[in-house]
Amino acid sequence: MLTIVFTTLLAIMAAGYIIGRRRAYAVVNGAPESLHSRPVYHGAFVAAWVGLPAFLLVLIWLALQGAVIEALLVDSLPEDKIRGLAPAQIDLLVSEIESVAAGNIFGQPDASIFEAADRYNTWREIAQWAMFVCAIAAAMVGLALTRRRIAEKFRARHGVERVMNIIMIACSMIAILTTLGIVISLLVEALRFFDRVPVTEFFFGLNWEPQIPIREDQVTAGGAFGAIPVFAGTLLIASIAMLVAVPTGLFSAIYLTEYANPRVRTIIKPILEVLAGIPTVVYGFFAVLTVAPAMRTFGEMIGMDIAPNSALAAGAVMGIMIIPFVSSFSDDAINAVPHSMREGSYGLGATKGETIKNVLLPAALPGIMGGILLAVSRAIGETMIVVMAAGLIARLTANPFEAVTTVTVQIVTLLIGDTEFDNPKTLAAFALGLVLFVVTLGLNVFALRIVQKYREKYE
Amino acid sequence: MSDIASTNNAPSYWDSDKHRRTLARRHAADKRLQFYGLAAIGMAILLLGILVTSLVSTGYVAFVQSKVTLEVPLESSKIDANNPGAANYRVIVRNAFRKLFPDVQGARNIRNVDRILSSEARFIVRDYVVANPDMIGKTATLELPLSDPFDQLNKGVIPSQVEALTRREIGLFRSLVNRNVVSVEDGRTVVQIDAFVDPQKVLPDNLAFGDYSPIVKEGMRTYFLQRGADTSDSLLAPDAGDALKAYVEANPDSIGKTVQVKVPLAPAYDAIFKGEVPMKTNPRFASDEQIKAFNSLEIRGLISTPFNTELFVNSDSRFPEQAGLAGAIVGSFYTLLVCFLISFPMGIAAAIYLEEFAPTNKLTNLIEVNINNLAAVPSVVFGLLGLAVFLGFFGLPRSAPLVGGMVLSLMTLPTIIIATRASLKAVPPSIREAALGVGASKHQVVMHHVLPFAMPGILTGTIIGLAQALGETAPLLLIGMNAFITSAPGGILEPATALPTQIYSWADSPERGFVSRTSAAILVLLGFLVAMNAIAIFLRQRFELKW
Repeated sequence: MLTIVFTTLLAIMAAGYIIGRRRAYAVVNGAPESLHSRPVYHGAFVAAWVGLPAFLLVLIWLALQGAVIEALLVDSLPEDKIRGLAPAQIDLLVSEIESVAAGNIFGQPDASIFEAADRYNTWREIAQWAMFVCAIAAAMVGLALTRRRIAEKFRARHGVERVMNIIMIACSMIAILTTLGIVISLLVEALRFFDRVPVTEFFFGLNWEPQIPIREDQVTAGGAFGAIPVFAGTLLIASIAMLVAVPTGLFSAIYLTEYANPRVRTIIKPILEVLAGIPTVVYGFFAVLTVAPAMRTFGEMIGMDIAPNSALAAGAVMGIMIIPFVSSFSDDAINAVPHSMREGSYGLGATKGETIKNVLLPAALPGIMGGILLAVSRAIGETMIVVMAAGLIARLTANPFEAVTTVTVQIVTLLIGDTEFDNPKTLAAFALGLVLFVVTLGLNVFALRIVQKYREKYE
Repeated sequence: MSDIASTNNAPSYWDSDKHRRTLARRHAADKRLQFYGLAAIGMAILLLGILVTSLVSTGYVAFVQSKVTLEVPLESSKIDANNPGAANYRVIVRNAFRKLFPDVQGARNIRNVDRILSSEARFIVRDYVVANPDMIGKTATLELPLSDPFDQLNKGVIPSQVEALTRREIGLFRSLVNRNVVSVEDGRTVVQIDAFVDPQKVLPDNLAFGDYSPIVKEGMRTYFLQRGADTSDSLLAPDAGDALKAYVEANPDSIGKTVQVKVPLAPAYDAIFKGEVPMKTNPRFASDEQIKAFNSLEIRGLISTPFNTELFVNSDSRFPEQAGLAGAIVGSFYTLLVCFLISFPMGIAAAIYLEEFAPTNKLTNLIEVNINNLAAVPSVVFGLLGLAVFLGFFGLPRSAPLVGGMVLSLMTLPTIIIATRASLKAVPPSIREAALGVGASKHQVVMHHVLPFAMPGILTGTIIGLAQALGETAPLLLIGMNAFITSAPGGILEPATALPTQIYSWADSPERGFVSRTSAAILVLLGFLVAMNAIAIFLRQRFELKW
């Protein structure tokens, strides 16, 4: 149905374009030189006013249709069927009716459900046709109104450009809308979570056992939502990653900017960048396949017990992934130090190494710090490596050989396979997501500010 | 200056040993720093090398598939020509396969032999018959896949025999040897233990039926007090009690006393004490007979390892030998298509507005800050957004490429916008001014002159953004694109998986065959990424204009 609607609208738009252009030629008797706008603009003007309102109408219709039909459906159910039901139970009933309507019948629904399913199907049918008719009517009205306006002095180009401006502004707004969408969806679900679990327990509790019983007969732990062990695990793994990435990245940047000749540099730099281009799921598998078993064997050799999903393995592999971030930011920062400072140092007789240590690094430090902070935010938000290589159980420990869990691991494990947003278990993921969003955003804003301030200093 | 220095006979600091030493030290420090830098780069490249090597070395075997050539009689009495799909192909294939092993006896051995063939083989035969109905009544020669363990055995990934003892068990045994209680007597390795001949277990009037085994185990346990009983028990031979029985029968007065006896060790330890490496059948196989049956197939030349076209033709399966990537590749294609259709026009529109039209005001500023921040938001947060808004609020279908593409397009937008703005900026003002000079409107300047020049750069940025989106996993997991789906999706609204989520699900599967399949899937994914980046680089070098 949707395909039919869209193709019909596109066809009407194309027709509108041709009609507009023809009309433009017609009003000036085939001499387009005297038109204010070229005939194509007249065509585009008609097409825009034919298509855009109709498409908008369809989109709004689609967004609202489901909710309206559901409300009608709930109203039409027999009174005794829904009396005393909680909203969640009504939702369940509605989804049962919907699945019956789609032909997937589980168990033995009673007659009223079949009736409701029939009604649901009829209404959907009606809604679809109504939408189709309305969209075409809107397109036709647009066609009639705009076609009449085409005249010799009509400024069609201005009209088209105004429409294009609006479209471009709307597209730019997507960025703001996305941020708003993230903030609102995270906040709403997190607030629902904090309705059930006190904020203080979440931020200061030492016990994280989110597997709570969803059905009454399910045997699980009691459910505890103290996120400190999760935060601690995230920090542990991120620190291990930084311990790997910062020295490697920084020293390679120093070598590439100061010692390497340009040819070596043009070869080595892209190779390092490859590390950042490899998908994280690949790193995760690498950690599980190679790094963790190697560490375990090594631990056995020296008589140490290293967990198969130790923080060390996950952190080390994450560190490899982050090396190019640190190195390219350090590279930029060192390169941005003015040549005069470097040459001044050489002039005083300093060796290259001394110049780097005493002049370049102190001068580039803010830029390097900014890069490191961005890398930290990257490490905290990294998901697939830890989902595959780190643990699931929250343990409050600083021992890198044990398994710990992270915020992102918890978000993914709490939400895989679950779509019902009515228990603390799934809502907890949104609370964690909110914390993650705020922390990474804060780190980014802070880091970018440092980098920018420092850039201005030398420009 | 130098004249003065040379006329002065007092030794200058610059010639002194002290200075030379200082200089040497400073140069050494310089060299050291250079070395650190080289070491860091070397380490990064080495790690990349290890990553690629480990993937290639585990993954290459998945590009071939072990198959057995089997003659399957398609008797018309068993297959209804009007409804060929409904016949019992399990029995048909099984009987055809059993004919290869006339010597195998015993119900259990025969069942084990059945397991050499993939249990999916019957569907292959069924599809073959449905496609070639004229073969009914004839005998078809088909290449059917082996089951996963034998596929792996044939490719040499897993051995038929494994070491019987773990490193820990060997360590325990060595500690026993170090106590000087292990020796060889009458060709068997024995251990000397202190056994308390418990009168409650061994009755003086019935020595032959005494309960000797627990006594021996008890005595053995004293060597491993910190360990569990299982470890010490496993060291002893099954007939270790008999040695004590013989001793007690020879010395009946030892009942109620603690005696020193030498009892035999388990065969594996016997072998290791004699300097051999004890082996046992790999526990992945049912029995030695099963392996023998497989070897006989190999000797008869019925086993082949052709290129694994199934890897690219089949969709996901619970059986690794039949699991393929077709569904994931199609799913990824649809997802990227949606992502491209949304983010490419929107990204260009937003970038043109911000770069060419937007006034400098608070709103523009806010948009720019937002775009920069979105580029740094963790991908899993976008997954949460998709889950809450696209699935929860708008009620779009779960696991659908449409939703995946929408989420990924939000992540790709900043990349495209930033790339587009950079290439718009790179078009020199002279182009704009010339167009404005001949009377073009601002829109016409951008659409007719600036954008075409910027297009190669925009395409390069878009392809790089799409390559990133292709590797993105976490947001797709949250919207359910890791579902188990055994057929390729037919459209953007049907449930699907994507390449990275398929890699994630396979990596989680316990079967040995999925390890190499996962590596192979990663190699395929990396292949796509390399191809996309190569196209991007080609576009940049071929079409981008230098001003």
